[in-house]
Amino acid sequence: MNKQKPTAYPYIPNSVPAVKEQMLKEIGAESPQGFFEDIPEKLRLKEKMKLPKTLLSEYALKRHLEGILEKNKTCREYLSFLGAGCYQHHVPAVCDEVNQRGEFLTAYAGEPYDDHGRFQALFEYASMMGELLNMDVVNVPTYDGFQAAATSIRMASRITGRREVLISRTISADKLSKIRDYCKPEIEIKLIGYDFETGQLDLHALKAEISSETAAVYLENPSYLGFVETRGDEIARIAHDHGAICIVGVDPISLGILTPPAEYGADIVCGDIQPLGMHVQFGGGQAGFIATQDEERYVMEYPSRLFGIAPTSVEGEYGFGDVAYERTSFAVRERGKEWVGTAAALWGITAGVYLALMGPQGMVEIGEGIMSRSRYAMLEIDKIKGVKAPLFQAPHFKEFVVNFDGTGKTVAEINKALLMRGIFGGKDLTREFPELGRSALYCVTEVHSKDDVDRLVNALKEVI
Amino acid sequence: MSQDITKQRYTDGKPNLRRFHQARWDEPIIFELSRAGQRGILVPEVEEEIRNVVGDVLAALPETMRRKQPPKLPELSQPQVLRHYVRLSQETLGTDLNIDVGQGTCTMKYSPKVNDQLARMPQMTELHPLQDEETVQGILEVIYRFEQILKEISGMERFSLQPGAGSAAIYTNASIIRASHEARGEAGQRDEIITTIFSHPSNAACAKTAGFKVITLYPDEDGYPDLEALKAAVSERTAGLMITNPEDTGIFNPRIEEFVKVVHEAGGLCAYDQANANGILGITKASDAGFDLCHFNLHKTFSSPHGCGGPAVGAVGVTQELARFLPLPVIEFDGQRYHLNYDRPESIGKIGPFYGVAPVVVRAYAWVMSLGAEGLREVAEIAVLNNNYLLKRMSEIPGVSAPYAKGKRRIEQIRYSWKALSEETGVHSEEIGLRVADFGVHYWTSHHPWIVPEPCTLEPTESYSKDELDEYAAILAHVAEEAHTNPELVKTAPHNSTIHTIDHTPLDDPSEWAMTWRAYLRKVRKEAN
Repeated sequence: MNKQKPTAYPYIPNSVPAVKEQMLKEIGAESPQGFFEDIPEKLRLKEKMKLPKTLLSEYALKRHLEGILEKNKTCREYLSFLGAGCYQHHVPAVCDEVNQRGEFLTAYAGEPYDDHGRFQALFEYASMMGELLNMDVVNVPTYDGFQAAATSIRMASRITGRREVLISRTISADKLSKIRDYCKPEIEIKLIGYDFETGQLDLHALKAEISSETAAVYLENPSYLGFVETRGDEIARIAHDHGAICIVGVDPISLGILTPPAEYGADIVCGDIQPLGMHVQFGGGQAGFIATQDEERYVMEYPSRLFGIAPTSVEGEYGFGDVAYERTSFAVRERGKEWVGTAAALWGITAGVYLALMGPQGMVEIGEGIMSRSRYAMLEIDKIKGVKAPLFQAPHFKEFVVNFDGTGKTVAEINKALLMRGIFGGKDLTREFPELGRSALYCVTEVHSKDDVDRLVNALKEVI
Repeated sequence: MSQDITKQRYTDGKPNLRRFHQARWDEPIIFELSRAGQRGILVPEVEEEIRNVVGDVLAALPETMRRKQPPKLPELSQPQVLRHYVRLSQETLGTDLNIDVGQGTCTMKYSPKVNDQLARMPQMTELHPLQDEETVQGILEVIYRFEQILKEISGMERFSLQPGAGSAAIYTNASIIRASHEARGEAGQRDEIITTIFSHPSNAACAKTAGFKVITLYPDEDGYPDLEALKAAVSERTAGLMITNPEDTGIFNPRIEEFVKVVHEAGGLCAYDQANANGILGITKASDAGFDLCHFNLHKTFSSPHGCGGPAVGAVGVTQELARFLPLPVIEFDGQRYHLNYDRPESIGKIGPFYGVAPVVVRAYAWVMSLGAEGLREVAEIAVLNNNYLLKRMSEIPGVSAPYAKGKRRIEQIRYSWKALSEETGVHSEEIGLRVADFGVHYWTSHHPWIVPEPCTLEPTESYSKDELDEYAAILAHVAEEAHTNPELVKTAPHNSTIHTIDHTPLDDPSEWAMTWRAYLRKVRKEAN
């Protein structure tokens, strides 16, 4: 028999008919239908919804889902060099252990008493990010690095009262799309070009474009295309000379070795914490951070929750709570700063665990290790005839542009051939950056061994 | 054993309240646990051959770009890190632990463990979003199948699962409304969004962020959104209506079709915030009332765990007419394979990176598959039964009331008022909530402004047994009685929680607030960074 309804649903305690009946009796209702009397007859469904066949047993459900998901090929089975905003780094076992704890996994919006641990874990996350960034204020995570960038720009516009923002052209097309949509009502976005030799932001163009209308200059370091903007200090100075704010998007895992943007003049720093302990999970591990110094005019423009430390009625006891809650949309609806809601808190807690495990030495070592491996990959790939890596003459962190113009093959063709050899090649940039010719963005991290890189190089040699 | 222990656990046949005490580890801040030189994890060493080839890679960086001092992160061994965080987890009251009916509007239902297991399969966690489509057919299939399910539940034509939670979905709807009016050449003209005070604050705040002026409707005497006020509010400037139904009062607006009609006649679009959909699954569809857009919270109605506040998904559904504006990309199926379609010139573009939080979609899909059409309707019916049962229990407690719609049934939640009790005893709703925490459960008042005086919002969902609902009501009855007999006890609560009454003053004082440990050391302990 094709059973679609059991006598009792395991997830629904009161689905037991006798219990239901008893409850209805106590309420004085005949059937649950009566509860919907406010819903006009016309709007009520007359028929059962047409949904797929129910998988009532846990075993049947598991088998069905496993059957579908097993069609996927993972970055464990294939050798992946994909990055472009979502990064393969080692996820420490303790990160998974902590974020799988039912207490954290299923908590939500309790008070700072019954959810004290949630508040402390997120305060500590912000505190450790603060050390990494050398900044005093870090938000409870927003959705992702895109949202963090878009909100940072709107914060800068509110702080300066200006409505124009200059962005380095090397930003990802997707992130730019998000920023344009989000800033549309208030801010005009202007792109600043870059040097095709070095990738560096064109300072002449920046100086020509910046004015007393400019709210902020936004750049990324390392850039989306992997190179390091080496003149962050000059860019920040130019911004400040015109009364504009300098916003820097940063990859937090680079900050064991790269200078924190605050030290070269960034006023707002933002980015995505996915590299700090989150699996790639098809892009589901992203979470955004925004950081500033502890100045009231900056703090009051955050839309996000900010958790602060406070005393309690018992001496020596730590308490936590919302800082300046009255600026949020929870408190004052449309009079709040943008809006706040559920976002990515569990990933914030996880990133805290990651930073606590890594410590200062771990962050230095991983930064250096990533840079060494990616450097090795660039040197080896560059030896292949017709291939140039990196395309830009500049220091790089974990990503770099590989150009295939001299091979006569398209990136799509090369990536298809690599796929046949069990390798995910770098992201095809042909449409996103047509001026770079047949180029791809490769990512090498601490998960790649020398053998992995050599395998890629040999495969490329075969393919080209 | 001569003594029957069970006897002392009951009074008059009813179980006594729990002698609960939350974990109190008095846990230091993680920086205080640091000892120089300790390591929590070792990173993979760079192979000798690579070192020999690349040399000192840091030398390639200009001095200005090379970090001078390692970050001052705490230094802990691995077991210390684990113990610290497990202690903090124990000081957090997840839904897995408590009768979580007190976080009204949040739909704190059971998140099935098998779905977590599935979401943690390497075939989910180890997928890069930019892999060749041929290698991610499985996850694309799950997302596509779930879209078909949401279409059937809502009657909408297309969905995007990209927004990162409910508010992001509301924002996406506001952006689509904006794009639609732009396409019609009415961008400058239609600049007002209408919402209601009992809709989530993000309906007002996201509309404002998207560039609209916000008009807020208040309830009429019966608690329904005021239709006359809506008629007065609409004009050629109306861009749209963004509304919840049932609202956070648990009252379903029976004139919803007329609301939609009034806005449509004025040339506006209607977006349905379905955060409160748990009580109407399989009962009524967004499309039947004529809505143009809607959204569901997969971390609420569709059981994905709340994660301390995300990761989550806000699923946006629209009519055929508006489908062209949905975020990029959408997933298509040609009968053979699934693919990501970016060729949509009128799209509002990206709302977030990639395609949203896929493991949340896996959980939501699994949840629906385990229940089916019959089961989803059972969810709605039991959620509503539980709510009305709890209403009955609450009505037995002196001092609390359920304002509006007297004698009417409610859908899945109710915003109660302790006005009478507060007037009699001087004890406020927030204080009741903190005392309630002493018995191991949550309690939420509501979003500001408090239109309902001394509010308390309860949403029992389908996940709690009759006995558990009785226990929650018994806790409230006990605390209400304490408000009369020992108000000080209530006002000084919590007593059995992890910590005691917080002094909030530094949190609103720029000279004292500290959002990080380094700020605390600098401002309070006067230490240099």
